[in-house]
Amino acid sequence: MYNVKVYVTYKESILDPQGEAVRGAVHRMGFDEIDDIRIGKYFEIKVSKQEERSVEDVIETVCDKLLANVVMETYRYEIEEVKETV
Amino acid sequence: MRFAVIQFPGSNCDVDLLHAIRDGVGEEAEYVPHTADSLEGFDGVLLPGGFSYGDYLRSGAISRFSNIMSEVSRFAEEGKPVFGTCNGFQILVEAGLLPGALQRNKQLHFICKTTELKVDNNQTKFTSKYQKDEVLTIPIAHGEGSFYCDDDTLADLKANNQIVFTYASDNPNGSIENIAGIINKKGNVLGMMPHPERAVEDLLGSSDGLRFFQSMISNFVKETADV
Repeated sequence: MYNVKVYVTYKESILDPQGEAVRGAVHRMGFDEIDDIRIGKYFEIKVSKQEERSVEDVIETVCDKLLANVVMETYRYEIEEVKETV
Repeated sequence: MRFAVIQFPGSNCDVDLLHAIRDGVGEEAEYVPHTADSLEGFDGVLLPGGFSYGDYLRSGAISRFSNIMSEVSRFAEEGKPVFGTCNGFQILVEAGLLPGALQRNKQLHFICKTTELKVDNNQTKFTSKYQKDEVLTIPIAHGEGSFYCDDDTLADLKANNQIVFTYASDNPNGSIENIAGIINKKGNVLGMMPHPERAVEDLLGSSDGLRFFQSMISNFVKETADV
């Protein structure tokens, strides 16, 4: 069993209107030292072990096809193996 | 000509499309649920606006894996007409049937208003009844309609005359090059953020959308007759 964390964010070249709006709000709160905020998505995924395909393959395929739109977004992931308790 | 209007969970412009076809241009249209697996007997596919799957993840991202979508892709590959408006456009780009992506509006708010839309390319089967550079009055209603693509894709779109509609005056959502609607290279899949199906009678503000559907009907029917 694996616990996978996936982070999806806009590519650097893409404007993030939500992040801009939040940055405006923190400036109104008085935190002028906050230079930039970008909003992304975070997924917690549990994957069981399979003989035929690696967990990396599964996660990358799912990210490329569904979790991220690679036209404007990029992603990274962390995989942690969890010992099954019998 | 017989049109399929695909209904996804959360579609809300399906009735408008059915009305535009049946009452606006007097052709046949039927609803087809997203769970269906055949488009047998249909000559054209219409993907409606709305908020399919609540816009969860990204607009159109989940619908693109609906049961009916593999059949829509096959239909498109055969050269048959596929049209997506608003959320339908978002689904077409997510499905890879059209290039680019649709981002949240630059101004952040949902915009529902009438816009002036310029016909950049009238040499398509969807726009042949318009004049080139004619300005139409067509409503928009979206929160994520800012068309984006990388420079190579944009150059490609321009080189192949795939930019069909642009916003004529104000760009309401921050889309690159004021793009409002594009077509695929083959010329049979068109997606646009504005709603021609909501502009089919003067009583409701504009009938400029009628010629869009009339173009589709006369060109694609003619094509079938030629075969």
